[in-house]
Amino acid sequence: MDRMRPTRTRHTRRDFMVMGGSATAGLILAGCGGGPEGNPAVSGSTGSGSGGASYSGPPVQLAFWNGFTGGDGPFMQQLVKDFNAEQKNIDVKMVVQEWDDFYAKVPQAVSSGTGPDVAIMHINQLATNAARTVILPLDDVAENLKLTESDFNPIVWQGGEYNGQRYGIPLDVHPLGFYYNKKVMEQGGLDPESPPTTNDEYMAAVEDLKAKGIEGSWVSPFLFTGGLQWESLVWQFGGDLYSDDGTEAIFNEQGGVDALTWMVDLVKGGYSPKNVGQDAETIAFQNGKNAFLWNGIWMINAFKEIPDLEWGVTQLPQIGTERAAWASSHNFVITNKQDQDPNKIDASKVFVNWVIDHSAEWAQSGQVPAQNSVRESAAFNKLNEQSALAEQLPYVHFPPPVPGIGDVDTIIERGVQEGVLLKSDPQQALDDAASQADEILAENAEKYQA
Amino acid sequence: MATTEGATGSVARTIRKAAKGSSKSVGASHAGALTPYLFMAPYLILFAIFVLAPLVSALWISLHNWDYLLPGKPFTGLDNYTDLFSGTGTAGLFWQSMSATAQFTLYSVPPLVLLPLGVAIVLNQKIPGQKVFRAIYFAPYVLGVAVVGILWRYLLDPSVGLINYYLGRIGFSGDLPWTNGLPWAWIGLVGATVWWTLGFNTIIYLAGLQGIPRDLYEAARVDGANNWQAFRNVTLPQLRPVILFVTTVTILASANVFGQSYLITQGAPGGDTRTAIMYITDEGLGRFRMGSAAAMSIILAAALAIIGALNFRFLGKGDDY
Repeated sequence: MDRMRPTRTRHTRRDFMVMGGSATAGLILAGCGGGPEGNPAVSGSTGSGSGGASYSGPPVQLAFWNGFTGGDGPFMQQLVKDFNAEQKNIDVKMVVQEWDDFYAKVPQAVSSGTGPDVAIMHINQLATNAARTVILPLDDVAENLKLTESDFNPIVWQGGEYNGQRYGIPLDVHPLGFYYNKKVMEQGGLDPESPPTTNDEYMAAVEDLKAKGIEGSWVSPFLFTGGLQWESLVWQFGGDLYSDDGTEAIFNEQGGVDALTWMVDLVKGGYSPKNVGQDAETIAFQNGKNAFLWNGIWMINAFKEIPDLEWGVTQLPQIGTERAAWASSHNFVITNKQDQDPNKIDASKVFVNWVIDHSAEWAQSGQVPAQNSVRESAAFNKLNEQSALAEQLPYVHFPPPVPGIGDVDTIIERGVQEGVLLKSDPQQALDDAASQADEILAENAEKYQA
Repeated sequence: MATTEGATGSVARTIRKAAKGSSKSVGASHAGALTPYLFMAPYLILFAIFVLAPLVSALWISLHNWDYLLPGKPFTGLDNYTDLFSGTGTAGLFWQSMSATAQFTLYSVPPLVLLPLGVAIVLNQKIPGQKVFRAIYFAPYVLGVAVVGILWRYLLDPSVGLINYYLGRIGFSGDLPWTNGLPWAWIGLVGATVWWTLGFNTIIYLAGLQGIPRDLYEAARVDGANNWQAFRNVTLPQLRPVILFVTTVTILASANVFGQSYLITQGAPGGDTRTAIMYITDEGLGRFRMGSAAAMSIILAAALAIIGALNFRFLGKGDDY
C-alpha cells in the first residue's frame, strides 16, 4: 500500500528557503554513514592552492548543487555555462533540486562522499551545517580573494560566520518588499504612484479601499508570507525574535505582540478576508483583488510575466517605530566531502570567486547582489525594482547564527497562524510559541554542544 | 477468493503439500525438514533486511540523542520516551499530531469501507457500460499524492478556490475555510482522500463479490429471500474476510496519512491537521533529532499494532482465516 506514501513538492514560490525542515522521504534512520570526522580538511586547513584566484591543477569536474528550481535556475545555469567556457581545467555540473530535499540530502550525500563539491545555502542554514561538519571554513578564500566586510553589506557578511570562522561567501540578499497593485489602488481612489509609507497612510489607504468594497491588504496565516511580514513588523516595533546569544525567544515581548496585533486588526477591521489560504494573498494580488502585498523580491520576474498586471514595488512601509525588513541570503559553501581531492577544493574556490564577480547578472533573477561594488554598478542600477529593494539593505535582519535556528520557523508559523486565524489572542498565541521555541533552542544547545 | 490472504493461504497449503511430498519420497531426511524454510527464505530475508533490522535499529537509536553527523551520540536511556509523556510544550505538539492522525483515521475509515462496498455492489450488476464505470471509479487512484494534493488545494482554497466560488454562486456564504479552519479542513481532507482511494477498495470488494458462489444466492431465492435478506445473509458473511482485509488496510493507510495534509492544509489551522508522520519527519529529517523521532515512530507503530490486533479480534472472530 503506497497510496499514503510521502511525496515532496512545494510551491515554487516558496522554493528559496527551507521551512523548519519539512523535508520528507520517510524516516531513514538506519544505515546512515559515519560522520566526516576523519577528513583532515575539517580542521580548517583548507588553505592549499591559490584560495580561489586561479586554478592550474589537472582537469577536474565539480558538482554544484542548489535549489534554484524556479525562474532563478536559468540565470545560474547561464553563469555556470559562461564559467565553463572561460576555464580550461574546470568543468562545473549544476544539479538542481527543491530546497527542502536539498537540505535533507546534502548532509547524507556529503558524508558518504557522493555529494556536491560546492553548493548554495541560505544564511540561516550555515550555522547548522557548519556545526554538523557538512561544510568547510572559508576564511582563506575570503583572505586570498581580499574579500572583507567593507566589500559587503556588513549584516550579511557577519551572518556568514559561525564560531569565529567564515562558512559562507554571500552571493545575494533577498529582502521582503512592498508590492502595490496600481489598478486596485485606482479603484479605491488612491494615487497609484504614491504607495503608503507610514502607518497613518497605510490605514487611510486600506480604509479608502474598504469604502469601495475592496479588502486591500490580505494577511496570510502561513510563514510565506504572513510569517515574514510579522517578523519584519516585530523589528519595526522595536522587538526582536531572539535574545542576542540566540538562547531565548523574546518574540512574545511588546514588539512581537504589537506586530501580530497590527496584522490581526487588519483581519478584524475588514481590510483582509479571514482565513486566507496558502499563497491566496499573492494570487488575489495578481487577479486584482488585493492592493498591497508583502512578498519577497523573488516575485519580481513572476509579476513581470503577467501581461495585464500593473504593479510597483518599493521598500516596506514603516508601520512601527523604526525601519526593518525580513531578508535572507544565498551563500556559497564548500562541502566537507570524505577523502576530497584538494584540487577540487581549489577549483571550487575559483568558481565561487568568479560567480561573485559576475553577480550583477545573477541580480536579474530577482536578487540584490551582496557585494557593494556590484550593487553600485550601472548594470545593477538599471534593474529598477531590484534597486528599489536594495535600499532596504541597511536595515534588513537575519536570524542569529545558532545551529538549528531554522527549527523554530514552524513554531513561529504556528504562533502567527493562531493569531491571524483568530484562534487565540496575539499575546497568548506568542506566549505559547515562545515557550515551545525556548524548549527547541535548549534542545539544540544541548545537542550541538555535546 | 482473490484477496491477498486467499493467495497467501493457498501458497501456504502448496508449501505444506510440497513439504509432505518430499518427505515421503526422500524419507524423513534432513533436506525434507529444511524445505519449508527454504521456500520461506526469500521473503524472510527481505523481511529481516527491510523490516526487522530497521526496527531493531530504530529501537536502539531511540535510546540516544542521535544525529548521524555529530560525533557524540549520547546514550540517554528512556529520556526520549519520558520527554514525550511529560506533557511539556513540544511534547504537546507531538500528541497534537497523534490526535490529528487519529481523527483523520476516525473520519476517513467509515466512508472508505462503506462507500466502496455500495459502489462495488452497483458495479457488480449487469448494467450497460459496466466496464467504463469501473474504470472511472478506479481512475483517481492511479494519481500520485502530489497531483491529488495540488489539485485539491486549488479546489479547496478558501479565498480563491473553485468550491467556495461555486458555493457562493448558488447562494451559500462561499467563504468556508476548507484548508485552514475546523471542521472544514477535515471535511476537505477526508473528501479528497475518499475521492482518491475509493477505487482501490471498490476493486477489492468487486473481486470478493465475484468470488461468492452463485448457488448460494439461488438457494436463498428458493428459500424466499428478498434482495436485502440475500445481502444480509449471503453477501455480508461471504465478504467478511474481504471486509476485514479492507478495513485493516484502510486503517493502516489512513494512519500513515502524510501527503494530503502536507500539501493541502500544511497542518493549518495551528497544527490541528499536522499528522504524526509529518511531525516525525520534521523531527528526524528537518531537525536531525533521530533519537526522538525514532521514539515517536515506535509509539506510533505500537498504537497501530494495538489497533490492528483489536480489529482482527472483533471483525475476525470465529473464522478460520
